[in-house]
This record gives sequence, structure tokens and C-alpha cells, in this order.
Amino acid sequence: MPLTIADRQFGSRLITGTGGAPNLEVLERALRASGTELTTVALRRLDPSATGSLLAVLDRLGITALPNTAGCHTAAEAVLTAQLASDAFATDWIKLEVIGDERTLLPDVSELLDAAARLVDEGFVVLPYTSDDPVVARRLADVGCAAVMPLGSPIGSGGGIRNPSNIRLIRETVDVPVILDAGIGTASDAALAMELGCDAVLLASAVTRAEDPERMATAMRLAVEAGWAARHAGRIPERLHAVASSPMEGRAQLG
Amino acid sequence: MIEIRLNGEAVRLADLTNLRELVSERVERVEGVAVARNDEVVPRSEWADAIVVDGDRIEILVAAQGG
Repeated sequence: MPLTIADRQFGSRLITGTGGAPNLEVLERALRASGTELTTVALRRLDPSATGSLLAVLDRLGITALPNTAGCHTAAEAVLTAQLASDAFATDWIKLEVIGDERTLLPDVSELLDAAARLVDEGFVVLPYTSDDPVVARRLADVGCAAVMPLGSPIGSGGGIRNPSNIRLIRETVDVPVILDAGIGTASDAALAMELGCDAVLLASAVTRAEDPERMATAMRLAVEAGWAARHAGRIPERLHAVASSPMEGRAQLG
Repeated sequence: MIEIRLNGEAVRLADLTNLRELVSERVERVEGVAVARNDEVVPRSEWADAIVVDGDRIEILVAAQGG
């Protein structure tokens, strides 16, 4: 079953970021291995010394660029950045980030809600990076966001999913796709996100800053697929005591 | 001559330079490029008609790894 966000369908439930890769060659190999169809890009001042083109890499791989508002601290900044990104990339999709604290990079949910409402009004497909608070997630869905993207733990921390119950609550609370964004460290974190009910996982550092990004990208692709399959395979209930898996009947009389 | 702030740095330009000229002197392809003037987006379709004036604060932004 494909992932549907707004009016688009994706075969892959792994959304990647491009930040943190040592160079474009490594990034390209990792993106290819990840199987992703959607990846985030930032908008930054022109660097005359930069070599190679990130957009050319995405073009070659057939990956859609999802611009972000990384680094914005106010709704006004984020709205302007989204408008600039829309003109640069000819898209009305935006990964909305409004950061409230430099050390944790946790979202400022008040500015986030304000920016989300304004961008939805302007016709954007808004994918907000948010806290793992189910009430905030509901508010974001209520103002018309196309998905909600709660963090597992702080950006780049590799801390995994600190509050799995909240992620499950968010999945119960909103009707739009839930995308676990931020905090994934290794493959089991990505699988857990999917098992908790997330519709997709967004990660960057876990792959781009791994010792072998291409191999970790493969691991993440498999983990997301495994978690999704397990989620829909109807797992057995957790019990305190054992349930024998071999029948008692027909045992040999020995000893 | 006029003086503007381009990506945070003082730059002197010939009178009547437009944004399209300013951008195309600095980037190879305009896909993935956005321009803000004095904190407002100037859409690509308007670059050719947008004459840079003395004191403008202009940001030329491009796709970068992130997120």
C-alpha cells in the first residue's frame, strides 16, 4: 500500500534528509540505497566555493526535493522561507520547522502553529516538524497540515524514540499521516516507529553521519519495510508467562 | 554606482542593474534559486523588471544539504 500525502503517493515510506553527508558522492550512494522518493533540502546563501549540484543529484535519482525552513525561529521567518523555497523549487510543499531552543533544537510550537495556519491559507502542503505532544499534533492537523511529524528525540541526537506512548497517541489522534521525524539512531528505531503506527520515517543524520552511509541507508530501508509489515501482520499479544510453541501431545516417554 | 548588501556583504553595482543580471552573474542555473529583497520574495518572473536600488538588502539563496 503506498504512502499518500496530500495528493501524492509514494512507494517508499522512508523520507530522507540531505544534511550531514561529507560530500555529494557519498550522499548520492546513500540516497540510492535508501530507496527514498522524497528528500529534504535547505535554502542557504549562495556559496561561491561550492562544487556540484544537490538538485542534479536528486534529478538523477528521480527524487522529489522537499524544501525545509530549517534554522527559522519565528513564524514570520518560516513563512518567508517557505515562500522563497516555493519560488526556488517550484513546489508548494514545505517541511515546516520553527526552532525554539538552540541546544535541543526543539520546536517552538506556538510559532509553529501560527506559521502552519498561515502557510495552509496560502495554499502550501505543510509538513510540520513538531514535538511528540498529541494535543499539538491535533491542532496542526486541525489547521490543515497534510501530515504531522513528531520527533522521537532531538534532531541529530540518535536518541531513538523517547516516548513511544505519545507516538501511538498521536497516531490515534489525527487522520493525516504521522511521520516520525528526528532522533532515529539506528535501524531498530526506524522499525519501532513503524510498529508504533507511523506512516513513514524521516531521517538524515543517522544515515549521513554513519561510518558507512550507504550501508546504513540500506538498513533503514529494510527496517522501515520490516516495521510496516510487522505493524500490519497482527503481532501476538505480550504475555508475562510462556506459551509453549511445541505441542504437549505425542511426547515420547523417556527416562 | 549604487551600494547594496548582498548576502550580508557590501557590494557596489552599476546603476540600473536588475535582479536577473545580478543572479545570472553569480549562478550557473537559476533552478533552485530564490531571491529576497528587503525581506520580501521577488518571484523569478519579476527579476528582469526589478531594478536594484541603493541600500537594498538582497539575499540570493540556493539549495543546500539540510534537514
